[in-house]
Amino acid sequence: MWAYAARRIVIGVMLLLALSLVTFVLFFASPADQARHACGKQCTDEQIAVTEKALGYDKPVLVQWGTFVKGMVTGREFPADPELKKTHPEFITTCDRPCLGYSKTNGVTVNSLIGEAAPISISLAVVAVVIWLVFGVILGIIAAVTKGTIMDRGIVGLTLIIYAFPTFFIGVFFLKFVVVKWGLLSYPQYLSIAEGGVGGWLTNLFLPAFTLALVYLASYVRMTRAFVLESLGEDYIRTARSKGLNSRTVLFKHALRAALTPLVTMTGIDFAGLLGGAIITEQVFAYNGIGKLTVDSANAWDLPTIIGIVVLAGSFVILANIIVDICYALIDPRVRLG
Amino acid sequence: MEHFLSVEDLRVHFKTADGIVKATDGLSYTLDRGQTLGIVGESGSGKSVSSSAIMGLHAGTTAQISGSVWFDGVDLLTLSQAEMRKLRGKEIAMIFQDPLSALHPYYSVGKQIAEAYRVHNSVTKKQARTKVIEMLELVGIPQPDRRFDGYPHEYSGGMRQRAMIAMALINDPSLVIADEPTTALDVTVQAQILDLLQNLQKEFNTAIIMITHDLGVIAEMADDALVMYAGRAVEYGPVSEVLTHPEMPYTWGLLSSVPDVTADTDARMVPIPGNPPSLLNQPPGCAFHPRCVHSSKVPGDLCRTTLPELLEGPRGGGHLTRCHLADPEQIYETQVIPEIAPMQAEER
Repeated sequence: MWAYAARRIVIGVMLLLALSLVTFVLFFASPADQARHACGKQCTDEQIAVTEKALGYDKPVLVQWGTFVKGMVTGREFPADPELKKTHPEFITTCDRPCLGYSKTNGVTVNSLIGEAAPISISLAVVAVVIWLVFGVILGIIAAVTKGTIMDRGIVGLTLIIYAFPTFFIGVFFLKFVVVKWGLLSYPQYLSIAEGGVGGWLTNLFLPAFTLALVYLASYVRMTRAFVLESLGEDYIRTARSKGLNSRTVLFKHALRAALTPLVTMTGIDFAGLLGGAIITEQVFAYNGIGKLTVDSANAWDLPTIIGIVVLAGSFVILANIIVDICYALIDPRVRLG
Repeated sequence: MEHFLSVEDLRVHFKTADGIVKATDGLSYTLDRGQTLGIVGESGSGKSVSSSAIMGLHAGTTAQISGSVWFDGVDLLTLSQAEMRKLRGKEIAMIFQDPLSALHPYYSVGKQIAEAYRVHNSVTKKQARTKVIEMLELVGIPQPDRRFDGYPHEYSGGMRQRAMIAMALINDPSLVIADEPTTALDVTVQAQILDLLQNLQKEFNTAIIMITHDLGVIAEMADDALVMYAGRAVEYGPVSEVLTHPEMPYTWGLLSSVPDVTADTDARMVPIPGNPPSLLNQPPGCAFHPRCVHSSKVPGDLCRTTLPELLEGPRGGGHLTRCHLADPEQIYETQVIPEIAPMQAEER
């Protein structure tokens, strides 16, 4: 299993390299001129050329990518100018490894931008995944065992209706009614656990995380329902019943074990995707997470930040896949990693 | 004399969107301890459905069950779910057709068998383990203490079925329903499994209902044979009677369609023409009449209009047949036998 994990990690690293290269190439293939954008509207051609050189955009794409990869391993200094370091060391920003780059737009390293935004997105994702898993699985099981009744139709129908509403609508709806009109919750503002304690962290996260969870709830309810029904129709369920087990044991021990396994995969991938930022939810609740950072950087043509986010989000997805595969082998004895 | 198991007029109907499916329609039979009843018929003839009804496995479905199932003096159909659960796996156990799908893929075989034991006996895990290993040994699984922790996919087909048998017999049930226990196995393993079942039956004095579509299994295992067609018994009696003096064209058809290894290589098997009827919309009269080549020999279109009763034939001896033919014995001798491979004619 360790050999398997090691091999998967090597493949993952190669995937990340390819991912960053593609992002680089895509950006340079775009019609926008990085240097002109960084320099501003009033710049002369000479000034643009100087900016280009200072930012390293004058070098070929592959060389720039090589510098980026090297920075991931060894760390970098911005600007990479030995002369300037001697004369004015205070102008040099050091970026420790793994260095994701330097955002000219914000005047800080991408690492520190992401370092500020990531806890917000991670908190949001963690709370949301707990909410949608708990509700999705419970409602899905209830719908499955009451198949065909009003209960079943009510659960499936309601979650579908919620699913049909766009996230920004639900988010704004909650803000307007739950917060402003009814005053049930104070306006959510991100507090880290260090600042607000677990309680403050949770209360502030609840609304945005709930909004985010509602997006996934419908599909998890439907999937759980389908998997449980499928599992209940299996021959081994008949065997379990013919042993004289009560229906609770049959459902929870025999049916759910098999039914929930596919959910592990789905959850892993959805969760990893969210770690790369929940763009709309963060925007609606003005949470400065990775999602909002992505939008802001894209609007500002902040290439280094975007590449950093792409590489980070990519590594979350790759890592989640490895973890899911290993979990699978632990859950299902038929799966042997090799 | 009161029988150990007595099924009387059992009906299992399923309500569907298209109408009522009469999967089992008025089935009656009896069985004593140490005896084996072979139920034979095509897919969808109601073999498995009627047996699941005895186990009470239709609960929670749309099945409507009527009639009575007297088991050791108790009508099983009147028992509550909880009462039925106490009997299930304890007094009545079931062996299924495909042991790979009938075993849970995520739990070790030993654990699954132990679960069957522990649900009816208050024992510790360790005691259950000892008992299971004992049982695995009894059904002929080598190194049972090591195989206990094996998973179903690590067992061979025959071993899995042996494990299923161990699971069914661990509580020493008085009735075992074996639903095509050898269908998924290859022939040599089939023979081993049947031998095993027979030996265990002698040891535990178990009553066995053997559901199959393999007449060879019936011939080897059963004391009584019950031929089912479209949810009803069409022929029922001692196995030697039913297989050697069949009195119903459907049974003739089944016997004719058995391949014969000693027959001329050019000889063809004789299939029964047509398809089994839809259980939703059964033909009036005898359900078999659309496929029956002998129905024209019955005067007055009786086969098409009137369902024949299940009655004792001219040979007596508890051999019941549901057929309008006046003299089936003669038709069988003169018309059916010549069609069947010479081997069977010689046997007679």
